[in-house]
Amino acid sequence: MRKGQHRFVAGFLLFPVALYLIFVIWPYIQTFGYSLTDWKGQSQTFDFVGLDNYTALFEDDIFMGAIWHNILFLVFIPVITILLALFFAFMLNAGGRGRSGGVAGVAGSKYYRVIYFFPQVLSLAILAVLFGAVYRSDGGGMLNGALIKLGLVDRDSPVEWLNEPNFVLWALIAVVVWHGVGFYLVLFSAAMQSIPRDIYEAALIDGASRTQSFFRITLPLLWDSVQTAWVYLGIAAMDMFILVSTMTAGDYGGGPDHHSEVMSTVMMRNFLLYGRSGYACAMGVVMLLLTLIVSVVMLRATRRERIEF
Amino acid sequence: MGSTSAENNGTGDNGTTGVGRRALIKRSAALGLISVPTMSFLSACASGGGDDDSGENEGKTSESNPFGVKEGSKLDVVIFKGGYGDAYAKAWEADFKKKWGVSSVHTGTQEITGKLQPRFNAGNPPDIVDDSGAQQIPIDVLAKNGQLLDLAEVLDAPSADDPDTKVRDTLIPGTLDAGMQEGKVVALNYIYTVWGLWYSGKLFEEKGWEAPKTWDDFLAICKDAKADGIGGLAHQGKYPYYINVAIMDLIAKKGGLDAMKAIDNLDPKAFVGSDAATEAIEAVYEVVEKGYLMPGTNGLTHTESQTRWNQYKAAFITSGSWIENEQLKTTPADFDMKFLPMPLLPDSALPFEAIRAGSGEPFIIPSKAKNLPAAKEFMRMMLSKKWSTIFAKEANSLTILKDGVDPSVQLRPGTQSTVEASKAAGDNTFRFLYTEWYSEMGTAIENASNELMAKRIQPKEWLKRAQAAVDKQAKDPASKKNRRD
Repeated sequence: MRKGQHRFVAGFLLFPVALYLIFVIWPYIQTFGYSLTDWKGQSQTFDFVGLDNYTALFEDDIFMGAIWHNILFLVFIPVITILLALFFAFMLNAGGRGRSGGVAGVAGSKYYRVIYFFPQVLSLAILAVLFGAVYRSDGGGMLNGALIKLGLVDRDSPVEWLNEPNFVLWALIAVVVWHGVGFYLVLFSAAMQSIPRDIYEAALIDGASRTQSFFRITLPLLWDSVQTAWVYLGIAAMDMFILVSTMTAGDYGGGPDHHSEVMSTVMMRNFLLYGRSGYACAMGVVMLLLTLIVSVVMLRATRRERIEF
Repeated sequence: MGSTSAENNGTGDNGTTGVGRRALIKRSAALGLISVPTMSFLSACASGGGDDDSGENEGKTSESNPFGVKEGSKLDVVIFKGGYGDAYAKAWEADFKKKWGVSSVHTGTQEITGKLQPRFNAGNPPDIVDDSGAQQIPIDVLAKNGQLLDLAEVLDAPSADDPDTKVRDTLIPGTLDAGMQEGKVVALNYIYTVWGLWYSGKLFEEKGWEAPKTWDDFLAICKDAKADGIGGLAHQGKYPYYINVAIMDLIAKKGGLDAMKAIDNLDPKAFVGSDAATEAIEAVYEVVEKGYLMPGTNGLTHTESQTRWNQYKAAFITSGSWIENEQLKTTPADFDMKFLPMPLLPDSALPFEAIRAGSGEPFIIPSKAKNLPAAKEFMRMMLSKKWSTIFAKEANSLTILKDGVDPSVQLRPGTQSTVEASKAAGDNTFRFLYTEWYSEMGTAIENASNELMAKRIQPKEWLKRAQAAVDKQAKDPASKKNRRD
């Protein structure tokens, strides 16, 4: 770069970088500072306690359980969402019968694309209300109502979906997947459309089946998008605060009996309800670290040779 | 923080708490943390604000103006705008302005924590707050942070209706207890509340049921109800707070006030080894085991379950007396809502008429409020007959003021039935305080109750878990400061 150019670039960057430092980096540093104190949350009086909060964290069964639930989400949410999205995207773009020799999606794919995107338009709060009605624990719930009508569930003992330790996490995963598939479908569709048609046609002429062309052509060429999706979904799985806190039992959710607890709900309860804010800040720092690690690991693990086309 | 008078706020900050902060800064600076600037910035706010304004808002005191309200000053009022709305507060504020010439800045909100936590931390809280609702800042947390004014000054001032009586003596006995933290009244729980079971007078008349006085009669009605295809007992399962009210009431009525105090005072035999607790929890479990719960009630929210009950899908529901106002829109006109004291287990220490009675909806004055004189006067006027009547009219509920409602106000049937129940109870009232003192222990017991209602644990396990929660709380040194005799 020529002399003076650095200054020119820095001039433009100054404002956004300052914003970033003040509103992102500085709160992180503050949180870390508070995590070394016994701050009680409602005044600026506190004492320094060193790493006590962190040692207490590792003996806190509820928080440890919450980490495991986050890990479970981390494994299942991205895998299920991406697989479904890939499948649908492939069907919409290249899954149709080869009419007039070309490669096309299934009939009506234009409409499906729009319909699949609908859930993404809903905010998480609306989603929570909607699925609250689906999972409602008496005969008025959509699932229970249907199951009772079909005679699969006894009218006097309906399934309490969100109050069953064995179901509650899966019920939540279903909501996230339902919400997310449409978005990633559009993302993958866009990427698929940028794959040159002739590649598919060449494969078709060589006698490749639909499955083969998916695994040999589509997936390798989509890898960048899959990787992005994986990281996004991974970060979402590390959070889950809105759905868990609104849909499950207890203050800030996490019920029944901590069976759906995630790190953020434990953190909020300690921060606001119990007045153990310094301790909650320590949880926040652990969450930050884990999320960073997850992102790095996912990016590394999915790194592959890039194919130019 | 310790300082209660307005003048001391500024210096108190630099004196007593300054040491801790300075030591912290030194240490954190050593660790390479740069958190110093904000903290000194925040404390500058806190002390600066206090110094300037307290003098400004101080008027001359007189017999009719015991706190020295200054005309033309401003009062910052934050009201939880929940089931009771905030129309009553606006009516108060209008009256306050007329009488004292103090205009108010009114905030009606459900987001108490979101709006107020930053203000408490920055040292510029409002002057008076109705700290209630799902997003309230827990009173025990605020008290531990030294943010609450000791209300003794207001309570010992002459009543607005009768200059010869102290405010304290115009209130229903026992209603101040809920606002006690570490021996001081720091929150005024303004609404008189009774807790117990509720039923529909109409449904009971149709079915020919009598309001049950014993647990056996209660179970018999549940059985009848089940035979008729409706649930016996409904509860707000998503929030186990409600079923805990029933469990704890049974314990208190069976074992008497000692059984209750054992829990509040974190006795090592509060649950495990207590006969009252054992029999009470077994009685509740019997309801579960015999299938007398309204189907699905364990997973329902308060609105869902209470609406079902309004649709005659259950005979009884647990709740406090706010339920009538909360359900105004869904209650059929001829529902005839009625309150029922918790039915008695055999050989109970307290009579059937005994009820859990007390107060809810805590109003607080932050110790760092800028206009303390007006805030205190506002609270004194809240406890006048005029304002109490305004509240009853606008919010359909009774206040803690004795005979506080003008007879011209027509009460709704549920509220009327609580008035009668309170009269019948007389001095036989009780009130648990652990929920006010120990948020964490309360939550742990609620979780255990949720498991019990879902039949995932047995009464024995429930007792163990409740006792474990008590024992854990007892280990916290801060819990030594709370005690009731």
